[in-house]
Amino acid sequence: MANILNEEKTFDMSKYKFKEMPKAVRVLISVAKYAVLVFACLIVIIPLVVVLLGSLKTHDDFLSSGAFDLPQVIELTNFQTAFIQGDVMRGLINTAIILVFSCVGTIITGTMTAFVVQRFSMAFTKMVKAVFLVAALLPNISMQVTVFQIVHTLGLYDTLAAPIILYIGTDIVSIYIFIQFLENISVSLDESAILDGCSYPRVYWSIILPMLRPAIATVLVIKFVSIYNDFYTANLYMPSDGLEVVSTALYRFIGPYGSKWEIIFAGVIICIIPTLIIFLSMQKFIYSNLVSGSVKE
Amino acid sequence: MANNSVANPVKRRTLGQWLRGYTGQKYLTTVLFLAVPIALLVLFTIIPAINMIIFSFQQRDQLGLNVEWVGLDNYKTLFTDMSYLSTLINSLYYFVGSFIQLGLALFIATLLCSKIKLAGVFKGVIFFPYLMNGVAVALIFQRFFRGDDGGTLNSIISLFGADPIKWLSNTSLNNWCLVFASVWRYIGFDILMFIGAIQSISPDIYEAADLDGANAWQKFWHIIFPGIRTIIALQLILAIKGAASVFEIPYIITGGKFGTSTFVIKTIETGFQYQKIGLASAMAIVLLIIILIITVIQKIFFKEKR
Repeated sequence: MANILNEEKTFDMSKYKFKEMPKAVRVLISVAKYAVLVFACLIVIIPLVVVLLGSLKTHDDFLSSGAFDLPQVIELTNFQTAFIQGDVMRGLINTAIILVFSCVGTIITGTMTAFVVQRFSMAFTKMVKAVFLVAALLPNISMQVTVFQIVHTLGLYDTLAAPIILYIGTDIVSIYIFIQFLENISVSLDESAILDGCSYPRVYWSIILPMLRPAIATVLVIKFVSIYNDFYTANLYMPSDGLEVVSTALYRFIGPYGSKWEIIFAGVIICIIPTLIIFLSMQKFIYSNLVSGSVKE
Repeated sequence: MANNSVANPVKRRTLGQWLRGYTGQKYLTTVLFLAVPIALLVLFTIIPAINMIIFSFQQRDQLGLNVEWVGLDNYKTLFTDMSYLSTLINSLYYFVGSFIQLGLALFIATLLCSKIKLAGVFKGVIFFPYLMNGVAVALIFQRFFRGDDGGTLNSIISLFGADPIKWLSNTSLNNWCLVFASVWRYIGFDILMFIGAIQSISPDIYEAADLDGANAWQKFWHIIFPGIRTIIALQLILAIKGAASVFEIPYIITGGKFGTSTFVIKTIETGFQYQKIGLASAMAIVLLIIILIITVIQKIFFKEKR
């Protein structure tokens, strides 16, 4: 292969010349590349800039000025209104509680399931794996039509436990990621530990769990993105005041603040800030974990 | 050491019994570790799925008080009543949108992988909406497409002297506006996947192509495209599944009004607002069948490649 390429290189000088010649064209292409990318970034940024500008305006200023006009005075009370009266603060607290419990729960149940299903090759575990894989196909939102009745029967309706238990109990993608990861960890470590007299729970705790750390990171990133941004679970199962998460707190702005867009915008900004901080501080971590999480699907 | 005895009361006599002890332990561990996950699976996935099938042949309300067997009537309603069928047809907008999204994503990913300054910044900006809260995105675009002069898009077009357009209530435009919001939100993820795939192609191949004097298009068509064909197909399958189950963006931006309802919005409305659990279950089953068909196609398509 290398030989062929080398030969071509030596006698095909015409291509070289052709490539070098139109310098102007290449500069033009390069400019076009940047133009496309800048345009794409503008499409992303313009709607966001309008929100930021709007959130800093007073109500009258908002109504009388154009979308791209700078605020006459910087009005920070909008943020206060959104944060406290608009219950975004309560939403952030509830979201944090739900996140912590569901992440811990998913990691415990997910790794335990993956350990048993992947390491013990029995008819039963194979069946369980197959059932989990089929369950992953069920349309999540549509399923709520019948899940609702069960959540209601269990007495979980209108409690923080409803989304927590649903995020843990219906998260099959995480189990799948753990199983895939375990398949690449050699069993020889488990075996030598067993020869040393370790019990299976001990193997899980001292060997499997520490080795699954990269997979746990992947699951945490995916969980954070999906739970922080989820809307329908909280909207459906926690209608009461005081039980809003970030998404539903914002959604409920549409009613009372429907005519006060500067406050809605302030709420939007507050809700984006945690995501922005996390994104900026661990960009590479998020990219690599999202990629490794989805390639395995 | 001491842990052995927990699952193995007759411990350490012969090698055979020792092994048998571990077999016993294996079963015990299986039961112990799977009890909670399987209980959750049964409660929140298996029972609802079975109920869904049964309910789809019934007429019933949320509490299950007035149950009546209606055979295939629910399915007949779905495929004859235009108000249900039209929401399924609306998926086609998102389906077309996802093709455009994948094409654009591939284009931008290729650009970002070429020699370009600030590639990280461009990538970060275009990717960020993917991480944003769905309600926040929906509210931003509700304002963006607002019908009076206060709307962002109308402010932009007024710079060119155009009159404001009622983007969201105009039935020939509004679905495309929602598709735009959806592409805006999700394209970053496709770009991320494509960049990952492009970068996994060995740099030697590019060097060889450079020596050969290949131009950018030839490099794309003969190296990049074949190298990432699998991931394109996978993203396409995911996009089709996504198009069939669009919910959040239209639900919040237009509330499904003005002909922008989707199949899932209609399912949730039918089930919870109108309390027609039977009909809603039938809709969920139809969606499940669509997803199953796509998955089977995916399995057939990817079988030879793995």
